[in-house]
Amino acid sequence: MIPLTHYLALAAILFVIGTCGVIIRRNVITMFMCIELMLNAVNLTFITFSRFLNQLDGQIFVLFVMTVAAAEAAVGLALIVILSRRAGSLDVDQANTMKW
Amino acid sequence: MEYIVFYGLATVAVTAALVVVLMNRAIYSALALIVCFGAVAGLFFQLGAQFVAAVQIILYAGAIMVLFLFVIMLLDPQSEKFSPDRLKQVTFLALPFAAFLAFVLVQMIFQWSLGTDGSVVGQTPGSLQMDGNTESLARLLFRDYLLPFEITSILILSAVLGAVVLTRRPE
Repeated sequence: MIPLTHYLALAAILFVIGTCGVIIRRNVITMFMCIELMLNAVNLTFITFSRFLNQLDGQIFVLFVMTVAAAEAAVGLALIVILSRRAGSLDVDQANTMKW
Repeated sequence: MEYIVFYGLATVAVTAALVVVLMNRAIYSALALIVCFGAVAGLFFQLGAQFVAAVQIILYAGAIMVLFLFVIMLLDPQSEKFSPDRLKQVTFLALPFAAFLAFVLVQMIFQWSLGTDGSVVGQTPGSLQMDGNTESLARLLFRDYLLPFEITSILILSAVLGAVVLTRRPE
Protein backbone atom coordinates (compact mmCIF):
# COMPACT_ATOMS: atom_id res chain seq x y z
CA MET A 1 0.00 0.00 0.00
CA ILE A 2 1.26 3.42 -0.89
CA PRO A 3 2.04 5.50 2.21
CA LEU A 4 -0.08 8.43 3.22
CA THR A 5 2.62 11.00 2.56
CA HIS A 6 2.75 10.22 -1.16
CA TYR A 7 -0.89 11.10 -1.65
CA LEU A 8 -0.63 14.20 0.51
CA ALA A 9 2.49 15.36 -1.32
CA LEU A 10 0.74 14.92 -4.67
CA ALA A 11 -2.25 16.90 -3.41
CA ALA A 12 0.07 19.62 -2.13
CA ILE A 13 1.84 19.80 -5.50
CA LEU A 14 -1.46 20.10 -7.35
CA PHE A 15 -2.62 22.79 -4.92
CA VAL A 16 0.57 24.82 -5.33
CA ILE A 17 0.35 24.56 -9.12
CA GLY A 18 -3.21 25.86 -8.92
CA THR A 19 -2.18 28.73 -6.67
CA CYS A 20 0.64 29.67 -9.01
CA GLY A 21 -1.79 29.63 -11.90
CA VAL A 22 -4.11 32.06 -10.13
CA ILE A 23 -1.17 34.38 -9.48
CA ILE A 24 0.51 34.18 -12.88
CA ARG A 25 -2.38 34.02 -15.30
CA ARG A 26 -4.47 37.06 -16.19
CA ASN A 27 -7.18 35.34 -18.18
CA VAL A 28 -10.27 35.09 -15.97
CA ILE A 29 -11.34 31.70 -17.31
CA THR A 30 -7.90 30.17 -16.80
CA MET A 31 -7.75 31.56 -13.28
CA PHE A 32 -11.12 30.01 -12.60
CA MET A 33 -9.89 26.66 -13.89
CA CYS A 34 -6.91 26.93 -11.56
CA ILE A 35 -9.33 27.39 -8.65
CA GLU A 36 -11.07 24.18 -9.71
CA LEU A 37 -7.66 22.53 -9.72
CA MET A 38 -7.08 23.64 -6.13
CA LEU A 39 -10.50 22.34 -5.07
CA ASN A 40 -9.62 19.03 -6.67
CA ALA A 41 -6.36 18.83 -4.76
CA VAL A 42 -8.27 19.37 -1.52
CA ASN A 43 -10.69 16.62 -2.55
CA LEU A 44 -7.76 14.28 -3.00
CA THR A 45 -6.62 15.09 0.54
CA PHE A 46 -10.10 14.41 1.88
CA ILE A 47 -10.31 11.03 0.15
CA THR A 48 -6.83 10.09 1.30
CA PHE A 49 -7.61 10.82 4.92
CA SER A 50 -10.97 9.09 4.60
CA ARG A 51 -9.10 5.99 3.46
CA PHE A 52 -6.35 6.10 6.04
CA LEU A 53 -8.63 6.97 8.95
CA ASN A 54 -11.07 4.33 7.81
CA GLN A 55 -13.98 6.75 7.95
CA LEU A 56 -16.39 7.60 5.18
CA ASP A 57 -17.05 11.16 6.32
CA GLY A 58 -14.28 12.46 4.08
CA GLN A 59 -16.03 11.11 1.02
CA ILE A 60 -19.26 12.84 2.06
CA PHE A 61 -17.36 16.09 2.33
CA VAL A 62 -15.92 15.57 -1.12
CA LEU A 63 -19.45 15.25 -2.45
CA PHE A 64 -20.34 18.54 -0.78
CA VAL A 65 -17.22 20.23 -2.15
CA MET A 66 -18.15 19.03 -5.62
CA THR A 67 -21.67 20.42 -5.24
CA VAL A 68 -20.34 23.77 -4.12
CA ALA A 69 -17.85 23.73 -7.00
CA ALA A 70 -20.67 23.12 -9.45
CA ALA A 71 -22.71 25.99 -8.01
CA GLU A 72 -19.60 28.17 -8.03
CA ALA A 73 -18.92 27.30 -11.65
CA ALA A 74 -22.46 28.23 -12.65
CA VAL A 75 -22.41 31.62 -10.92
CA GLY A 76 -18.76 32.33 -11.72
CA LEU A 77 -19.15 31.65 -15.42
CA ALA A 78 -22.24 33.86 -15.47
CA LEU A 79 -20.14 36.61 -13.93
CA ILE A 80 -17.41 36.01 -16.49
CA VAL A 81 -19.94 36.34 -19.31
CA ILE A 82 -21.09 39.68 -17.89
CA LEU A 83 -17.52 40.83 -17.39
CA SER A 84 -16.60 40.11 -20.96
CA ARG A 85 -19.77 41.85 -22.13
CA ARG A 86 -19.08 44.97 -20.08
CA ALA A 87 -15.30 45.21 -20.32
CA GLY A 88 -14.96 43.59 -23.72
CA SER A 89 -12.05 41.54 -22.50
CA LEU A 90 -11.26 38.63 -20.25
CA ASP A 91 -8.16 40.25 -18.82
CA VAL A 92 -8.60 40.78 -15.10
CA ASP A 93 -6.24 43.74 -15.17
CA GLN A 94 -8.72 45.63 -17.32
CA ALA A 95 -11.51 45.09 -14.80
CA ASN A 96 -10.13 47.66 -12.38
CA THR A 97 -13.12 49.89 -11.78
CA MET A 98 -13.27 49.03 -8.11
CA LYS A 99 -9.54 49.44 -7.58
CA TRP A 100 -8.44 52.68 -6.05
CA MET B 1 2.03 -2.68 -9.35
CA GLU B 2 0.25 -0.26 -7.01
CA TYR B 3 3.22 2.04 -7.16
CA ILE B 4 3.30 1.95 -10.95
CA VAL B 5 -0.37 2.92 -11.09
CA PHE B 6 0.07 5.62 -8.48
CA TYR B 7 3.11 7.20 -10.04
CA GLY B 8 1.64 6.94 -13.52
CA LEU B 9 -1.54 8.71 -12.47
CA ALA B 10 0.41 11.22 -10.38
CA THR B 11 2.66 12.09 -13.32
CA VAL B 12 -0.32 12.51 -15.61
CA ALA B 13 -2.11 14.69 -13.04
CA VAL B 14 0.87 16.97 -12.38
CA THR B 15 1.75 17.28 -16.06
CA ALA B 16 -1.84 18.11 -16.95
CA ALA B 17 -1.97 20.66 -14.14
CA LEU B 18 1.18 22.31 -15.45
CA VAL B 19 -0.32 22.37 -18.94
CA VAL B 20 -3.44 24.05 -17.49
CA VAL B 21 -1.32 26.81 -16.02
CA LEU B 22 1.13 27.28 -18.86
CA MET B 23 -1.01 27.02 -21.99
CA ASN B 24 -1.82 30.26 -23.73
CA ARG B 25 -5.22 29.34 -25.05
CA ALA B 26 -8.01 28.73 -22.56
CA ILE B 27 -9.37 25.84 -24.62
CA TYR B 28 -6.16 23.84 -24.23
CA SER B 29 -6.19 24.55 -20.50
CA ALA B 30 -9.74 23.23 -20.27
CA LEU B 31 -8.87 20.03 -22.12
CA ALA B 32 -5.81 19.49 -19.93
CA LEU B 33 -7.94 20.07 -16.85
CA ILE B 34 -10.24 17.24 -17.96
CA VAL B 35 -7.19 14.95 -18.18
CA CYS B 36 -6.13 16.05 -14.70
CA PHE B 37 -9.58 15.33 -13.27
CA GLY B 38 -9.52 11.92 -14.93
CA ALA B 39 -6.16 11.08 -13.36
CA VAL B 40 -7.35 12.22 -9.93
CA ALA B 41 -10.48 10.11 -10.40
CA GLY B 42 -8.18 7.14 -10.98
CA LEU B 43 -6.45 7.93 -7.69
CA PHE B 44 -9.84 8.06 -5.96
CA PHE B 45 -10.54 4.64 -7.39
CA GLN B 46 -7.24 3.36 -6.07
CA LEU B 47 -8.11 4.76 -2.65
CA GLY B 48 -11.27 2.69 -2.58
CA ALA B 49 -13.66 5.57 -3.23
CA GLN B 50 -15.32 4.16 -6.33
CA PHE B 51 -18.50 6.17 -6.03
CA VAL B 52 -16.67 9.45 -5.61
CA ALA B 53 -14.45 8.56 -8.58
CA ALA B 54 -17.53 8.03 -10.73
CA VAL B 55 -19.06 11.29 -9.49
CA GLN B 56 -15.79 13.07 -10.21
CA ILE B 57 -15.88 11.91 -13.83
CA ILE B 58 -19.59 12.63 -14.30
CA LEU B 59 -19.79 15.93 -12.45
CA TYR B 60 -16.36 17.50 -12.85
CA ALA B 61 -15.03 16.13 -16.12
CA GLY B 62 -18.54 16.00 -17.50
CA ALA B 63 -20.83 18.75 -16.32
CA ILE B 64 -18.51 21.46 -15.05
CA MET B 65 -15.98 21.21 -17.86
CA VAL B 66 -18.73 21.21 -20.48
CA LEU B 67 -19.94 24.44 -18.88
CA PHE B 68 -16.40 25.82 -19.12
CA LEU B 69 -16.08 24.79 -22.76
CA PHE B 70 -19.45 26.39 -23.51
CA VAL B 71 -18.34 29.70 -22.06
CA ILE B 72 -14.95 29.53 -23.78
CA MET B 73 -16.64 28.87 -27.12
CA LEU B 74 -19.27 31.53 -26.43
CA LEU B 75 -16.80 34.25 -25.61
CA ASP B 76 -14.13 33.09 -28.04
CA PRO B 77 -11.35 34.75 -26.11
CA GLN B 78 -8.39 35.83 -28.10
CA SER B 79 -5.42 33.89 -26.91
CA GLU B 80 -4.16 35.86 -23.99
CA LYS B 81 -1.01 37.66 -24.99
CA PHE B 82 1.63 36.96 -22.45
CA SER B 83 3.41 40.25 -22.29
CA PRO B 84 6.91 39.28 -21.22
CA ASP B 85 7.44 42.14 -18.79
CA ARG B 86 4.27 41.30 -16.85
CA LEU B 87 5.14 37.63 -16.85
CA LYS B 88 8.61 38.26 -15.50
CA GLN B 89 7.33 40.70 -12.92
CA VAL B 90 4.59 38.44 -11.62
CA THR B 91 6.58 35.22 -11.79
CA PHE B 92 9.19 36.94 -9.71
CA LEU B 93 6.59 37.18 -6.96
CA ALA B 94 4.81 33.92 -7.66
CA LEU B 95 7.77 31.58 -7.48
CA PRO B 96 8.95 32.49 -3.97
CA PHE B 97 5.37 32.37 -2.83
CA ALA B 98 4.89 28.95 -4.36
CA ALA B 99 8.12 27.72 -2.80
CA PHE B 100 7.01 29.01 0.59
CA LEU B 101 3.58 27.43 0.28
CA ALA B 102 5.08 24.12 -0.80
CA PHE B 103 7.46 24.25 2.14
CA VAL B 104 4.66 24.86 4.62
CA LEU B 105 2.51 22.10 3.14
CA VAL B 106 5.34 19.57 3.14
CA GLN B 107 6.17 20.52 6.70
CA MET B 108 2.57 19.90 7.67
CA ILE B 109 2.42 16.60 5.82
CA PHE B 110 5.46 15.27 7.62
CA GLN B 111 4.16 16.34 10.97
CA TRP B 112 0.95 14.50 10.25
CA SER B 113 2.49 11.32 9.00
CA LEU B 114 5.07 11.12 11.77
CA GLY B 115 2.07 11.29 14.00
CA THR B 116 1.85 13.57 16.99
CA ASP B 117 -0.90 11.15 17.87
CA GLY B 118 0.16 8.25 15.74
CA SER B 119 -2.77 6.18 16.86
CA VAL B 120 -5.08 8.21 14.65
CA VAL B 121 -3.14 8.34 11.40
CA GLY B 122 -1.31 5.12 10.86
CA GLN B 123 0.70 4.28 7.78
CA THR B 124 -1.44 1.25 7.16
CA PRO B 125 -4.97 1.89 5.96
CA GLY B 126 -7.88 0.18 7.56
CA SER B 127 -9.94 -2.02 5.35
CA LEU B 128 -13.00 -0.16 4.19
CA GLN B 129 -15.90 -2.39 3.46
CA MET B 130 -15.21 -2.38 -0.25
CA ASP B 131 -18.34 -4.18 -1.32
CA GLY B 132 -20.85 -1.87 0.29
CA ASN B 133 -19.02 1.39 -0.33
CA THR B 134 -21.83 3.18 -2.12
CA GLU B 135 -24.39 1.73 0.21
CA SER B 136 -22.60 2.81 3.37
CA LEU B 137 -21.90 6.20 1.80
CA ALA B 138 -25.60 6.66 1.05
CA ARG B 139 -26.54 5.56 4.54
CA LEU B 140 -24.15 8.12 6.02
CA LEU B 141 -25.27 10.87 3.63
CA PHE B 142 -28.98 10.42 4.15
CA ARG B 143 -28.86 9.80 7.88
CA ASP B 144 -26.04 11.70 9.57
CA TYR B 145 -25.61 14.39 6.93
CA LEU B 146 -29.24 14.82 5.94
CA LEU B 147 -29.51 18.47 6.94
CA PRO B 148 -26.40 19.62 5.02
CA PHE B 149 -27.66 17.59 2.08
CA GLU B 150 -30.99 19.38 2.11
CA ILE B 151 -29.31 22.75 2.50
CA THR B 152 -27.28 21.90 -0.60
CA SER B 153 -30.48 21.91 -2.62
CA ILE B 154 -31.14 25.49 -1.54
CA LEU B 155 -27.59 26.39 -2.53
CA ILE B 156 -28.04 24.89 -5.98
CA LEU B 157 -31.40 26.58 -6.42
CA SER B 158 -29.94 29.97 -5.57
CA ALA B 159 -26.97 29.31 -7.86
CA VAL B 160 -29.30 28.51 -10.76
CA LEU B 161 -31.40 31.60 -10.08
CA GLY B 162 -28.27 33.70 -9.79
CA ALA B 163 -26.86 32.45 -13.07
CA VAL B 164 -30.15 33.08 -14.87
CA VAL B 165 -30.60 36.57 -13.44
CA LEU B 166 -26.99 37.57 -14.02
CA THR B 167 -26.79 36.56 -17.65
CA ARG B 168 -30.17 38.04 -18.62
CA ARG B 169 -29.71 40.80 -21.13
CA PRO B 170 -30.86 44.20 -19.91
CA GLU B 171 -34.00 45.30 -21.68
